[in-house]
Amino acid sequence: MKVRDIVEALNLKVLSGESGLDKEVEGCYVSDLLSDVMGNADMGCLWVTLQTHKNVMAIASLKELAAVILVKGLDASEDTKEQSNEEGIPFLSTDAETFETAGKIYQLLNA
Amino acid sequence: MPEALHPYKADLHIHTVLSPCGDLEMSPTAIVKRALARGLDMIAISDHNTTRQVKVAQKIGRESGLFVLGGVEVTSQEEAHCLCYFADDAQLDAFQEFLDIHLPKIPNDEDRFGYQLIVDENEEIVGEEEYHLLNAIDVDIDGIYDEVHRIGGLFVPAHINKGTTSLTSQLGFVPPDLRADGLEINFRTTKSETIKKAAYLKRFSFITDSDAHFIDNVGDVYNVIYMAHRNFDEFRKALAGDDGRYIDTDFFREHKLPKII
Repeated sequence: MKVRDIVEALNLKVLSGESGLDKEVEGCYVSDLLSDVMGNADMGCLWVTLQTHKNVMAIASLKELAAVILVKGLDASEDTKEQSNEEGIPFLSTDAETFETAGKIYQLLNA
Repeated sequence: MPEALHPYKADLHIHTVLSPCGDLEMSPTAIVKRALARGLDMIAISDHNTTRQVKVAQKIGRESGLFVLGGVEVTSQEEAHCLCYFADDAQLDAFQEFLDIHLPKIPNDEDRFGYQLIVDENEEIVGEEEYHLLNAIDVDIDGIYDEVHRIGGLFVPAHINKGTTSLTSQLGFVPPDLRADGLEINFRTTKSETIKKAAYLKRFSFITDSDAHFIDNVGDVYNVIYMAHRNFDEFRKALAGDDGRYIDTDFFREHKLPKII
């Protein structure tokens, strides 16, 4: 399954990093502690979070994550989006909360 | 001729009974008395998200020969704790106004979280904070820095090596382009260890403090600040490394202050 398929299935808004929409999604990690993500998220994962600090992009890049999904309608800062565009790691947004978002992704990835 | 510098022992992160997690014994009177008894020259009062215990502590300090720096430990939107220090009452009032706007209006539950009491110099309860002080304010780290600097204060992210509620735990690492006047570490690491692991942090001044919530811990960790006088401007200069002023964060390890029984 590609990032693009997740965007369509969950009706996500693409904030930035469109060139990365064809990346393969290997799994999903949910956490708002960036230190935890740095230690535990696997390469190719989607990352669902409510943190919007630009370190989110740095860690997504470091861990080679597939995409970042911001919940509750949150937006990323301009410099984060710029970096996301440069590195082709999409920032996506949903109005839904984490529980709902993670549940739907779980169903999609385990279908 | 440059002014002579003196070493001042300073513990710049102390909670009072106003912090829900602060022990009931932590009255400003008791803290000042203990700090002096252990040989400190300077402390900072830094309750969670409130400055309302600072002025009485400063009054007690003035009367008894301890310099009390006015401060607060703010919880940022990212839930990273940040120490903020202010020069005078006007700055404290301005920042308190900011906190009152940005702290969520969620009442404190004393049974679960602890009391949030304001006491006077006679240790009489004169008020309390209604809203729970451990919540995050709705302003991010950069926004807090901007407000602190607009007012004229100093911004120092707290215990950056801590596994919870620190820049490192919340954001994975200290942002390389962080704007701050210094960084605080707790006793679990040293400045040289920190810089060895993250060389890009050597541009910052460091402080180290007790983060005392109980009276016996006041002064367990302290800085030795080399400056000309004990005042806010001298402390600012020490953080900036101006005119030869500097802060020694290692001295306390080999020179523990006497315990007070």
